[in-house]
Amino acid sequence: MRDSVGNLVRLRLVYLARLREAFSSAGETLELASHDTPRVSAVVATLRARGGAFESELAPGRAVRFAVNQRLVHADHPIADGDEVAIFPPVTGG
Amino acid sequence: MPVRVQSEDFDAGAEIGRLRAGDRSVGAVVAFIGTVRDLNHDAAISELTLEHYPGMTESALQEIVDEAKARFDIRDALVVHRIGALAPGDQIVLVVVTGAHRGKAFDACEFVMDYLKTRAPFWKKERREDGERWVEARASDDEAAARW
Repeated sequence: MRDSVGNLVRLRLVYLARLREAFSSAGETLELASHDTPRVSAVVATLRARGGAFESELAPGRAVRFAVNQRLVHADHPIADGDEVAIFPPVTGG
Repeated sequence: MPVRVQSEDFDAGAEIGRLRAGDRSVGAVVAFIGTVRDLNHDAAISELTLEHYPGMTESALQEIVDEAKARFDIRDALVVHRIGALAPGDQIVLVVVTGAHRGKAFDACEFVMDYLKTRAPFWKKERREDGERWVEARASDDEAAARW
């Protein structure tokens, strides 16, 4: 693992359902600078700092779910360069 | 295919027939069909649209079916889930489980539905007289999944 200054992680973000509408986007590429192992929570913090819908929809206490490479994970799950990180509301199928 | 995501309707009888065909060890077939209701929290629903996360949906459903086979002594299991625009009365989801005896088949069918409700990436949006709204997840669904 690289731990030098300027360690850059390039992620493909996917927004689904209510969040896709709130963000007016189905997804984007995000580059995250990190000094140690980045986690999903770092993505959330980066998005939240943009303000607007990102800040309100991802505010602490809001029910949000995550998938990394299409598997459900918790916010403390580590992420790596090239990962697909999906952010969505709790599921309501069935 | 033990899991399918499709916009077309399904024929439960035909699906059950295919799943149990040729397996003489099957003594019980349990099926669950979820359908669109015309009311939610006392508001009239004119249309229900189901969105999903292509790719993850199929693998999540497959994982749930694999887990059901590992946990319960069943012969086979099938999940068909519809996406797109649906009307009240339409079928949404079909779960079929075959087994030697009914007990495990009933349990496995409930397990698949409880896990699907909390782990498979589908979202419902309702159209009502006052506009469209995304359906909120229910705490009771989390509780139902937690008992397994």
